[in-house]
Amino acid sequence: MDEIQSLMHGFGVALTLKNLALMFTGVILGVIIGVLPGLGGANGVAILLPLTFGMAQTPGGATSAIILLSCIYWGALFGGAITSILFNIPGEPWSVATTFDGYPMAQQGEAGKALTAAFTSSFIGAFVAVVVITFLSPVVASFALEFGPPEFFAVYLLTFCAFIGTSKEPPFKTIAAMMLGFALAAVGLDTVTGTLRLTFGSTHLLTGFDFLVAVIGLFGIGEILLTLEEGLAFKGAQAKINLRVVLDTWKELPRYWLTSIRSSAVGCFMGIVPGGATPASFMSYGVARRFSRDGDKFGSGKVEGVVAPETAAHAAGTSALLPMITLGVPGSPTAAVLLGGLMIWGLQPGPLLFVEQKDFVWGLIASMYLGNIAGLIVVLTCVPLFAAILRVPFSVIAPIIMVICAIGSFTVKNAIFDVWMMVVFGILGYLFKKLQYPLAPLVLAIVLGDNAESAFRQSMLMSQGEMGIFFSKKLVGFMTALALILLFWPLISWLIARLRRV
Amino acid sequence: MITDSVRLGFGWQEVHGPRPGYFPFYIGLIICIASLINIVRALRMAPDQNKTFVQVGQLKLVLTVLIPTAIYAALVTWIGIYVSSVLFIGFFMRWLGKYPWWKVAAVSIVTVVVFYVVFEIWFKVPLPKGPVESLLGLN
Repeated sequence: MDEIQSLMHGFGVALTLKNLALMFTGVILGVIIGVLPGLGGANGVAILLPLTFGMAQTPGGATSAIILLSCIYWGALFGGAITSILFNIPGEPWSVATTFDGYPMAQQGEAGKALTAAFTSSFIGAFVAVVVITFLSPVVASFALEFGPPEFFAVYLLTFCAFIGTSKEPPFKTIAAMMLGFALAAVGLDTVTGTLRLTFGSTHLLTGFDFLVAVIGLFGIGEILLTLEEGLAFKGAQAKINLRVVLDTWKELPRYWLTSIRSSAVGCFMGIVPGGATPASFMSYGVARRFSRDGDKFGSGKVEGVVAPETAAHAAGTSALLPMITLGVPGSPTAAVLLGGLMIWGLQPGPLLFVEQKDFVWGLIASMYLGNIAGLIVVLTCVPLFAAILRVPFSVIAPIIMVICAIGSFTVKNAIFDVWMMVVFGILGYLFKKLQYPLAPLVLAIVLGDNAESAFRQSMLMSQGEMGIFFSKKLVGFMTALALILLFWPLISWLIARLRRV
Repeated sequence: MITDSVRLGFGWQEVHGPRPGYFPFYIGLIICIASLINIVRALRMAPDQNKTFVQVGQLKLVLTVLIPTAIYAALVTWIGIYVSSVLFIGFFMRWLGKYPWWKVAAVSIVTVVVFYVVFEIWFKVPLPKGPVESLLGLN
């Protein structure tokens, strides 16, 4: 078992005092980020990314940096559950499904039970996903080592088409958002020929748009503006978690083992195929309701209704890192930001990482195990503290978040122009949310746009402009075909539904 | 009204030479097509589903935040991030939160000092400074 050996080596890398401290720092920061309105996994990591530039340059520092950032991600995943159960405000989009049963439970005075169930099942979901990553990613990576530009383009195509095929929003809105992302990615120096594109003579645009600034603006400022609209007050249930409640809930949880397994499977699948945590949590909630013995009572405060979406959301959020480290294709916006971080630190994400940066990859995977354990400990012990953050009046917390966002976007390139861009992206994000355009494809397109384009153009150079190259070999042909099926999936399912009705 | 995506179809189509412009050109094309379809969908939507895009009261609230934020971004250029942050947080607390002045001053100044310690001293990331900081000899 090569994987076990590598994993043990990874634990050796991750289990230093410094890294453990970073893990706890990351998780705590992450939960705070997840609890605060306007800050989420994606933009929280984006804001803190510039701070790791210095850290990553020291030997072994890249591993510590990724541990810090990925733990923020885990923390944010945990934190989302707190707000949705106590305040009926989903801190993160993937915890919307948790509010359905979590908030009623809190109203009935069972907040502690709901929180314990949510945290524990999050942990289980994440754990299953990490096991999947441990054993599947070396296989995928060795497979992907043989990939050429056409295969990579096919993978990108698959990613983008999966977004169109699986998203809740109308497909054309997804396409419009995604293409806008590609357009923004194309601004600046052309990576292949070195000519300037779409800068319209502005020197600020020479280096292109930075996706970190875009993420901070879109998710951060946009979210704050939206929250403001809904009013400024938070009203929430009190939370008390003591050991008794935790143990009682743990005794009850094994009853839902089937739901857990099902939700983990749904989550892992949706995370690896870039669907993301949000659809995974909804899907798993729906599936659990259909299969449960008392599915009718869902929505009135059933523990099962908390277990299902939380397990799936965490499994999906975690397994979204699998395509990121093996193929260089992130499965979620936060994974996209982490991917951007790897590139900035000078690591080339993709299959070669497993050959050239063994310490880094296995250190990261080992830290996923440890980070989630750290997360579980932190959230179980500190819930009242985190809930107190939400009681800070919005007129105090909002400007502070805005200032943090501004500092975050400034530090990316030390350019004040980026602060301006952040405000512009914030307005854009607000409008997108209002008009129900999805933001995730936009972010993914900004991050992957240049890579996808150069993969496409390199394949075109290889084939002298023949599109047939994307069907020339079995593997690439299969992926392209799958991508096209996903792309037209909304149309296909509509046709099927039509045929059935006739 | 959900008349959307007019904004998205901002006629962005140009070809910067055949090769580098290839990708952007088709992207521009797809944006236009998708926007057109979105406009058509939005216009064909049944009137009862048509929610108001934004109410006047909401818009006012959003603007009361947006305008100060824009001013804030401008101020950063002139007087540095620290002083403008104090003003920004102070403005929010005073105007939206209606806090007494001493609370406003305490919270905004403490926040900024914390930022200074975290970013400049701990992480050694220089942030934009203005005349006030040089007066204090912090440059």
